[in-house]
Order: sequence, then structure tokens, then C-alpha cells
Amino acid sequence: MAILSVQDVSVRFGGIIALDQVSFDIEPRQIVGLIGPNGAGKTTLFNCVSRLYEASAGAITFDGSPLLAVPPHRIAGLGIGRTFQNLALFPTQTVRQNVMIGAHSRTRSDFLSNALKLPWVAREEDECRAHADDLLRFLDLRAVADHPAAGLPFATLKRVELARALASRPRLLLLDEPAGGLNHEEVEALGAIIRRIRDELGLTLLLVEHHMSLVMQVSDKVVVLDFGRKIAEGSPAEVQRDPEVIKAYLGTEAA
Amino acid sequence: MMSRGTRLVVVLLALAVACALPFTLSNFRLFQFTQVYIYAIAILGLNMLTGYNGQFSLGHGAFYAIGAYISAIMMDRWNVHYGWTIPVAGVLCLVVGFLFGLPALRLEGLYLALATFSLALAVPQILKYFEHWTGGSQGLVLSKPSAPFGLPLNPDQWLYFVTLAVLVVLFWLGANLLRGRVGRAIVAIRDNHIAAEAMGVNSALYKSLTFGVSAAYTGVAGALSASAIAYVAPDSFNVFLSITLLIGSVIGGLASISGAIFGAFFIQFVPNWAQDISKAAPWAIFGVFLIVFMYVMPFGIAGAIRLLWIRARRSRVAQVPESRETAPTQAPTSS
Repeated sequence: MAILSVQDVSVRFGGIIALDQVSFDIEPRQIVGLIGPNGAGKTTLFNCVSRLYEASAGAITFDGSPLLAVPPHRIAGLGIGRTFQNLALFPTQTVRQNVMIGAHSRTRSDFLSNALKLPWVAREEDECRAHADDLLRFLDLRAVADHPAAGLPFATLKRVELARALASRPRLLLLDEPAGGLNHEEVEALGAIIRRIRDELGLTLLLVEHHMSLVMQVSDKVVVLDFGRKIAEGSPAEVQRDPEVIKAYLGTEAA
Repeated sequence: MMSRGTRLVVVLLALAVACALPFTLSNFRLFQFTQVYIYAIAILGLNMLTGYNGQFSLGHGAFYAIGAYISAIMMDRWNVHYGWTIPVAGVLCLVVGFLFGLPALRLEGLYLALATFSLALAVPQILKYFEHWTGGSQGLVLSKPSAPFGLPLNPDQWLYFVTLAVLVVLFWLGANLLRGRVGRAIVAIRDNHIAAEAMGVNSALYKSLTFGVSAAYTGVAGALSASAIAYVAPDSFNVFLSITLLIGSVIGGLASISGAIFGAFFIQFVPNWAQDISKAAPWAIFGVFLIVFMYVMPFGIAGAIRLLWIRARRSRVAQVPESRETAPTQAPTSS
């Protein structure tokens, strides 16, 4: 059964149709690439899944249960993690603290138990810190663990966001342009990380990406959007041959 | 950043000095220190809201007043022991703060500052209106509590120790709260509320609860002040008190626990020094002090001390070549 199922989702902003009846499924442990020219509606779809935008019509189910009635702050707890296109870190907090905030949805201590520092709260805090340190090691961030997020290089911050998203132990990870702003070597390394996240941690991934070679390298399936509509879906090889896709990216030949 | 061990030593040393003060200072000086501790509790409360959570309040004097009057009315009307009135004031202010925090969710930045300011304006007048309970503009005269169990302490010394004990407990609770999961979420909302929600933080609930806890701290401070001064009157809780608390919180260091104590010393003693320097224009002198402090210590007294500490440690390890340049951060970190 599909872990994420998008069914006829439409989004309208005033008179503009940002998404027009888009449907696709993601199977468990699949890496799915979502591509399309600028303004095709990729990030809009992402924000529907993480409930930042309201879908005007259609349905999204996660693990068989409907997602569109869930408030945004419950999404992480269901097992959906995400990163942001233009970094959305907590700049005054250290890298480790940023990652620990990522574990918010799966930790339980409340105002009272936290203030009293009950024994189980201390244990939870230790577990949370240990898991954060594991993730920092996994993403090669140990050297900057105690550095505030503000002032670190862009590529490092991208990995911090990834670690923060993983801290909630998600089953589905949404990556919004993970390669954006990275140089050639960094993109190579990112491809390896994405595959390791699937192979070693067993996650399902959906990535919005402009970097074609990365998408074609790592994806099991590619979904192509153009002007809010899905124009193609299939393996990277199939999509690259699709005339609709070639037309959307290169335009029609001059007559 | 200080290690846990160093921090413990500093706290224990400060406590030892604090416990010795009642036996070396005059009663008047001691009363001033009691007032410093009361302010420190109130400022820590305001700091949780403004420094850590990023919600501005120009009206915390109102919660201070509500706490003071709850305590005073309970003592005056029903002869309740002052010790019981303090937690009651805290809990009631928690509820009032939480309820005020709910509509405040729709307001941000300057708009929230104005909404809380209106609270500071309204409360003294409301207190005068319910004359039957509050004694109107005359206020309520209370008796100073004396030391129990025949302890050889005069009332000023006893009150000093009560206030110090409440301060230690509330700072311990506050530090636990702000350094744990809840504190991280509170700061996350301030830094980026959309990302905080994406991490699973229920920001509406957390903001309202932070408002409640913040009001509770300030309310407890108010309740302590009722006993310390043995008198409450509406005009001692005017708008100026709210501004003073905000000054203490900024000068001490926003989003800093120790900063609340430094800020409390500032608002207690600097106006007096200003008065000593110029009888004619003490507030002009105070204003100069304010500007100098903000200019020299843009991250408050706590921020300046942190920077000095980092520099001192770096010069000590300067012989060992460091692999990377770790410039002391200019951003206020919250611990």
C-alpha cells in the first residue's frame, strides 16, 4: 500500500490555479523526485502535505488516514519530516539544539514535569541528546555541534536542517530543493546521503529539486509538474524520453 | 559557555554571600536587597515571555499588582497566613496570564506591546474602583510578618530569607524549564514560528502557557512585595513599574536567567545613584546610565559577562593552536 497518496489535489490562490487535480502515490522506501519548471507548483504541493497551505479540493492520505484535517503541528508526530527551500533554522540556537528541537514531536515532557525535572524527563533529555549526537555524526556535523546556527556556511546549514528533520524519526521525509545553492562536490555528497537515509534508516523520500542529474541519479520514480498539472510520471529514463516533459523544459520547436 | 561544574560553584558562592548579608547590612540596606530579589523574580517572568518567547509586554506591572493585591486582600480580609497567599497569587496570575495570552495570540510585536500597555493603564484604576476590597486609593496597610519558631531574626531579616528562598526555588524551576524540551520550543517559536510548528510545536498553546507562567512569576513577586513593604496602594503599580521591569530585563540581558538578577540590581540601585548625583534631574542622569549601558553592553550585563568569560578562556588556551576560528557569537544564546 502507498505510504503517501495524493488524489486530485487542487490549490487556488484567488484566481490563480497553482495546482490542478494532481494525483500520485509513493510506495514505502521509495525515493520520488518531484520536478518541473519554475512556478510549476512543486513547493505548493509540498506545503499542502505539511499543511502550511490549504488544498481547495482533493485528498491526501498518509498510511491510509486522511491528512488534510490534521493541524500543521501534528504532521511531524504522524511521521512526516521536512526541510525548507530557504533555510528555516533557529539562528540563535546551537546546531545540537536545533536538532534536538526536531525531536519535539516524539518527546513528551510538559511545562510542569520539565520545570520539576522529574527523573523520566532527565532520561528523555539524555536520549534526545544522544540521538541528536548520532545524527550529527551521521551527517558529519560534530565539529559545529555547539556553534549557533547563525554564521555557518550554507551547505552546512542544509545538513543541519536534514539532521533536524531526521530527529523526529520520520517515516516520510520531504526535502524541498536540498541541492539548492550547493556546489558540484556538495551535490555528489548529498546524493550519497539521500541514498543512505533510505538504505540505512529505511525512510521514504519525496524531493523537490531543480538539479536534474541529482534527481535522475537517486529517484526510483519522477513526477513532473507544469503549470500546476502533472504531465508525466515514471522512472527517470521514461520521464527523460517523454515528449511532454521535453516540451515543458525546452519549449516547442520553431515552426 | 560555562561548564556545569563552574556554574554550580558560582551559584553556591553567590548563595553563601547572600546568606551572610543579613548579618552585615543595616535593616534599610537589607530591605533594598529583598526588593532586588523580588524584582529579579518579576524580571525572570517577563524575560521568559519577552526574551525567550519574543512576545513583548509593556504591562507586566499589572500582574505584579494583581499578585500584590491577591496577597494583601487575603491577609487583610481573611487573616490568611502570608505564606499561603504567595502560591495562591502565583496560581491565579497563571490563570489570568493564560487567559490574556489567548487573545494576544492574534497580536504581534508592537501591537502586543500596546495591548499589554493598556492592561498596565487599566489595572490601577480598576483597583481603585473596587474600594470595598482594595481600600481604594488609600490602599491596605498590612503587618510585617515576623520570624516563626522563635528564630533570632528581626522581621526584615526573616523577610529577606523568605524572599531568597522563593527566588532560589523559582530560578531552579525556571532554569529547568528553559533549558529543557519546553524551553527549546519556546525559543523556537521566537526564532521561526513556521519551522517550530513543522517540528510539532503547538505554538498557540505554548505561547499562551508561556504568558501564564510569565504572569505567575511576576504575580509571586508582587505578593512578596506586599509583605515586604507591608502596604499596597494602586499608585505604586502605575505604568512606570511596567516600564521599569522591561528596562531591568533588557539591561540585565534578554533571554538570560542570570540577567534577571543583574537587571534587578540595576533598577533598584541606579535610580538611587542618579538621585545622589543630581537632586535636580535624577531621571536625566538615569537616562544617561541607560544609554551608556545599552551602548557598552548591547546584549545586557549577562551578555557582556559571557563575552568576557569566553575571551578570558580563549586567552588561557591561546598557546594551543585552534583548528577553526570560533568567533564569540554576537547573537544572544539562551542559557
